[in-house]
Amino acid sequence: MTDVVVNTTAAIPVAHAPTRAAEARRLLTLTWTLALSDWKFRFYGSVLGLAWTLVRPFALFGVVYFVFTQIAGLDKRVPHYGVYILTALVMFNFFAETTNGCVQALVTRESLLRKMQFNPIVIPLSISVTALLNLGMTLIAVFIFAIGSGVYPTWTWLELPLLVALLFVLATGVGMMLSVLYVRFRDIQPIWEVVTQILFYASAILYVPTTVAESAASYYRMFLCNPIPAIFTQMRRAIIDPHAPSITHAFETPAYALIPLGIIIGIFSLGLWFFQRESPRVAENL
Amino acid sequence: MQRVTALAESPADARAARLAAAPPAVVIDHASKTFRLPHVQYSTLKERLLHPWRSTTYDELRALNDVDVTIRQGEFFGIVGRNGSGKSTLLKCLAGIYRPDAGAITVHGRLSPFIELGVGFNPDLTARDNVVINAVMMGLTRREAAASFDAVIAFAELEEFVDLKLKNYSSGMAVRLGFATAIQVSADVLLVDEVLAVGDAAFQQKCFEEFNRLKAEGRTVIFVTHDMSAAERYCDRAMLIERGDVQMIGEPHAIARAYNELNFGRLVHEQDETGRYGDQKVCEIADAWFEKDGVRTGEVAQHERVTMCARIRFHEAVVDPVVGFSLRNDVGHTFFVTTSEWAEVATGSFAAGEELTARVAIEAVMSTTKYELTPSIARVGGVDVLDVREDLASLYVHGTRVTGGLVDLPHRFELERG
Repeated sequence: MTDVVVNTTAAIPVAHAPTRAAEARRLLTLTWTLALSDWKFRFYGSVLGLAWTLVRPFALFGVVYFVFTQIAGLDKRVPHYGVYILTALVMFNFFAETTNGCVQALVTRESLLRKMQFNPIVIPLSISVTALLNLGMTLIAVFIFAIGSGVYPTWTWLELPLLVALLFVLATGVGMMLSVLYVRFRDIQPIWEVVTQILFYASAILYVPTTVAESAASYYRMFLCNPIPAIFTQMRRAIIDPHAPSITHAFETPAYALIPLGIIIGIFSLGLWFFQRESPRVAENL
Repeated sequence: MQRVTALAESPADARAARLAAAPPAVVIDHASKTFRLPHVQYSTLKERLLHPWRSTTYDELRALNDVDVTIRQGEFFGIVGRNGSGKSTLLKCLAGIYRPDAGAITVHGRLSPFIELGVGFNPDLTARDNVVINAVMMGLTRREAAASFDAVIAFAELEEFVDLKLKNYSSGMAVRLGFATAIQVSADVLLVDEVLAVGDAAFQQKCFEEFNRLKAEGRTVIFVTHDMSAAERYCDRAMLIERGDVQMIGEPHAIARAYNELNFGRLVHEQDETGRYGDQKVCEIADAWFEKDGVRTGEVAQHERVTMCARIRFHEAVVDPVVGFSLRNDVGHTFFVTTSEWAEVATGSFAAGEELTARVAIEAVMSTTKYELTPSIARVGGVDVLDVREDLASLYVHGTRVTGGLVDLPHRFELERG
């Protein structure tokens, strides 16, 4: 009772509510910090550290390259088949890592959500950003491998960031949706694993998109409406083989290329809307 | 007006007057929160698809019921209540983690966004990384977080352990780190949930100093605690909640008393009958109890007056029986004994069928624990025991001040320098 400020005229600090800009900045800083610490955490305790993230894809590439080109001999008709498989695989892995990581993300971060006030969207976003950092690392390995196999950089390589951005938007949209669905339905996880497997085979990773046009032409348009093979079609032309068809070419009617783009935007908007609808009550339903 | 109050009254009253006139910092306007506890949890999509129309039934748990209070800017506001009373739910509603179902909560100014220390600490990262992450979570930029890092570590006194992984920290060290990080944030309204329970005495002292600094700066602090001495020491006002209802809002000393009564009042229960001596042919002890202000009670605050009572029923005529009371503490030490003979009180003669109620009023100077009352009745001389019922009534003595020893004698502390 004695430790009271006697100076009764002491100014009480004027309180300001945080502005929207400050809130947005906090959201981005928080996302980046969580992503970076998750990403750094992968290298902790491993002897090889950062190098390990490069060694692993190289080892995988070696196997894939050997099996598909030397043993199966599939590179006879398709130029740089091995490089295509590797790039597609790495990009698909980014999609799979983001979406599968998002499924349980809200539940595993329960203590954070229950004890601190922040927009929960930070959590799926940070998962996507961590996966993006991983993709960046492995893409370096892919480029080294590509140049070693005779695929040289061209100006069209600059399309890659745009393609990755599209894939990022798609994966984040799906991830946001899955993370809040998992809070309600715990069997989302095995279901999504199966869906990922189906997508893997439906997305032209072990084969090139034009194979579908040759052997199952009636499915080709439908196949290209799936945003992932659509992105890979464009990726193949931009990075690996300038003679391969672009996405507008592949559809014959260029306007059709807006379908996979629309699907990406649609899925992202739906995911965002659903997440924002569910997220205010997510902390108490965990 | 402020000048007049400052001159006319004590500093504490002046502060109270100033706070009453201060603009509101947090307005809780009839807020309620109910949780739904479903009887059957449909947690899989499969079950939902198999039974799409089966309705889910649920129990409702009222965690907060019509909480209505305005906390002023610069106020140190305590929230006390037993486990499960709704304190944490209220804090989570304040922090914006939960949304109240009814009513509204308005916060003027920046609120510290966490309710617990060290939220998001990752045991596999070093203290350095954790402090930066934690500071960012509380709204600092990465640069600000890095700049304040040294101050945080110095405050927590953990300079030697900066690059140690958090899992190798003791729990006290982790809390020190959490507290040091938390106070770096310049929020206008701070939510503090039970931080004083951990940490050694030296660090607790540091926390207290920090609270005094916050008070001096005019920050609003909302403080949840079980420690009544801390509540009394720091809070300007306090609120007692029980099962989601606000029981009382007011001066912290009164709240602390009410809290102790709530806690201990309920613990008094029926005694089983062992330790009874005498044949009870001539008379028997029908009942014994404690009284406060003429009302039966099971608890009393230190230094309040309390009365030991016993009712004796006579079956045969007796002249000048001796009524005795003995009090013992929780470890069985007899603490106080008195009899009508020692007190030189003549009891008189009683016929069969008569009843006698004996009362001894004492001041509860004893230290805070549970006491048992053993009433006894004997013939003149005190040797021929008629009835003794051991531990027939119990009393909790509670206090808000820390004491040691068996008794808390009324005392005055004086210091003279030089």
